[in-house]
Amino acid sequence: MKTTMAAAILCLLGAAGIAQAQDPDLARNLAATCANCHGTNGHSAGGMDSLAGEAPDRMMRKLMEFRSGERPATIMHQIAKGYTEDQLRLIAEFFAKQ
Amino acid sequence: MLNRREFVKSIGAMAASATALGAFATAQAQARGGAHVVVVGGGYGGATAAKYLRMWSNGAVRVTLVERERSFVSCPISNLVVAGVRQLDDITLSYDNLRSKWGVEIVTGEVVAIDVARRQMQLADGTTLNYDRAVLSPGIDFLPELIEGLAGNEELLPHAWKAGPQTALLRRQLEAMEPGGVFAIHIPGVPYRCPPGPYERACVAAHYLKTHKPGSKLILLDTNPDIQSKKGLFMTAFNELYSDVIEYRPSSTLRRVDAQARRLELEFDTLEADVVNVIPPMRAGRIVDQLGVPLVNDRWVDVEWLSLEVKGAPNVHVLGDALFPAPAMPKSGHMANQHAKVAAAAILNLLAGREPNPTPVVMNTCYSFVDDGSAMHVASVHQYDVEKQTFLAVEGSGGVSTAASHLEGQYALVWAKNVWADMLA
Ligand SMILES: Cc1cc2nc3c(=O)[nH]c(=O)nc-3n(C[C@H](O)[C@H](O)[C@H](O)COP(=O)(O)OP(=O)(O)OC[C@H]3O[C@@H](n4cnc5c(N)ncnc54)[C@H](O)[C@@H]3O)c2cc1C
Ligand code: HEC
Repeated sequence: MKTTMAAAILCLLGAAGIAQAQDPDLARNLAATCANCHGTNGHSAGGMDSLAGEAPDRMMRKLMEFRSGERPATIMHQIAKGYTEDQLRLIAEFFAKQ
Repeated sequence: MLNRREFVKSIGAMAASATALGAFATAQAQARGGAHVVVVGGGYGGATAAKYLRMWSNGAVRVTLVERERSFVSCPISNLVVAGVRQLDDITLSYDNLRSKWGVEIVTGEVVAIDVARRQMQLADGTTLNYDRAVLSPGIDFLPELIEGLAGNEELLPHAWKAGPQTALLRRQLEAMEPGGVFAIHIPGVPYRCPPGPYERACVAAHYLKTHKPGSKLILLDTNPDIQSKKGLFMTAFNELYSDVIEYRPSSTLRRVDAQARRLELEFDTLEADVVNVIPPMRAGRIVDQLGVPLVNDRWVDVEWLSLEVKGAPNVHVLGDALFPAPAMPKSGHMANQHAKVAAAAILNLLAGREPNPTPVVMNTCYSFVDDGSAMHVASVHQYDVEKQTFLAVEGSGGVSTAASHLEGQYALVWAKNVWADMLA
C-alpha cells in the first residue's frame, strides 16, 4: 500500500517533471519528422498533400482515423500509431501555423 | 538597449513561444559573435543538418558545409538507374540552394584531420576551419581487404553502393552483357547501408534482364542467413515475378575473388559470372578515426542519442550511416535526415545554454521497387526511452506494405522528391 502510494506520487511528480521540462520547440521538432514526405514545414514539394495551414481539428480527425484504421491508407495508419495523441496534437497545431 | 540579463528576464516574461525562444537563441549566438557549426559531408544527414541549423536559427548560426563532391547524387532511386528506368541526371542535385537560399557556406574539399580539443579541422588543401560545434555525416567506407582479391578492383567488380560513377559503371556492364548471361550480386553481413537495398537491386535488375536480356540469370549471394528486410514481400517478388531469373543463396560468404575471371569463391562453392556486383563489408566513413574514440566493433560511432554528440568527443555530433544504431534503427537516408533534425535542435539548444530536447522522436521509411513501377515500404517510429537512453521502436506502430503496388511506386518517387527538397531546396 505504502509503496503503491509512493509509486503513484513518484509517477505524478515524474509526469509533472516531464511536463515542466518539455522543450519549447517540441512541436516544431515533432512536425519535422513528417517533412521527409510532406515537405519542409508541411509545404509539399509536389505529389504529396501539404500539411501547412490545415485547421488543427481537421488534421487531428484525419490522424485519429488513420490510427483507428477508418481512413484508407498505404502507410499513414502505421506512422500515426507511433506517436501519442498529445504529440499528434502538437504536430497538428504547428502545421496549422505554417 | 537591454543588457543580456534584462533581455533574458524579459524573454522569460513572455509566453514561451517557439519564436521567442528562437529569438533568444539568436541573441545569444550573436552575443558570442555568431556560433559557427562545420558540417562534414553533404549527403542525407549533413545537407539536412546544414539547412535546418540555418532555418531554425533564423540565420544566426554560421554554417559551413564541407563536401568532397561538387554535386549530390542520391543512393535512393539509384537502383532504378542500374535497371535503366532512370538516368543519373534524375538523381543528381545541386548544392546551390543551400548557399543562395539558406546562406550555408559550401566548401568543396575533403576534411583530413580533426583536432577535437582545439575544435579545429584541416582540409586536404591545407585550409583550417575552426568550429564551435562539428557535425559529421560521412556515410560509409568500404573494407574490401576483408575479401581476398577485391581491393583495387572496383572497376571490374563495381559496388555501386555509393551513387555516382559506380552506378553508371554497373549500368554499362549490365547493358553490355549478352542475353543468357549471369549477373551475380554479393551482399555483406549486417549491419550494412540500406537493409532492403540489395534485394531491391536484385528485383529491378531481374526485371531489366527479363525484358531486355532473355535467358539471363541473377544469382544473389547473401552473407546473411536470410533476407534482411521486407522478407515476405521480397520472397513473393522472387518467387512470383522472377522465379526463372533470380536464384537466392543465403549464408553465402564470399572468401576470395578473381576479378579478371569474374570468379567468386564461397565457403563451399565457386562460381563464374559475366557481371559481378560485390557490395563490400563496410564501416563508418574513415574521417571518424580522427576523433580518437573507440568505435563499436571497430566500425561504428557511439553517440548520446539526445544530442548525437559522440561519447568521448565533446562538441562533435555524428549522424547517419556512420552510427552504431539504436535497436531496430536502419542505416537509411530517411533516418539520416531524421538524425540531422534531432542534432540540429540539440545543437541550437546547447549553443543557447539549454539542455537538448528530452523527448525526441525519429521515424523511418524505406520504399523498395520490385520492377519498373511498383514498390512497397517498411516503416517504423522510434521514441526516446529515458531509462534505456536510446531510441526504441514503438510497439504496434510501423510495418510493411500488404503487397507491392503501383500506387506505392508513385509514393516512392514522391518521397524522393520531397526528401531531396527537405535537405537541399
Ligand atoms: C542502392 C541504394 C539504395 C538506397 N535506397 C534507400 C532508400 O530508398 N531510402 C533510404 O532512406 N535510404 C536508402 N539508401 C541508404 C542511404 O543512401 C544512406 O543511408 C544515406 O545516404 C546515409 O546518409 P549519410 O549522410 O550517413 O551518408 P551519405 O548520404 O553517403 O553522405 C556522406 C557524404 O559525406 C561526404 N564525405 C565523407 N567523408 C568526407 C570528408 N572527409 N570530407 C568531405 N566530405 C566527406 C561524401 O562525399 C558524401 O557525400 C540506399 C542506399 C543504396 C546504396
Ligand atoms: C513515408 C512518407 C510519409 C511520412 C513520413 C508521413 N506521411 Fe502523411 N501521408 C503519406 C501518404 C502516402 C499519405 C496518403 C495516405 C496513405 O496512403 O497512407 C499521407 C497522408 C497524410 C494525411 C492526410 C492528407 C489528406 O488531407 O488527406 C495527413 C493529415 C498526414 N499524412 C499527416 C502526416 C503527419 C502528421 C506526419 C508526421 C507525423 C506524416 N503524415 C508523415 C506519407 C507520409
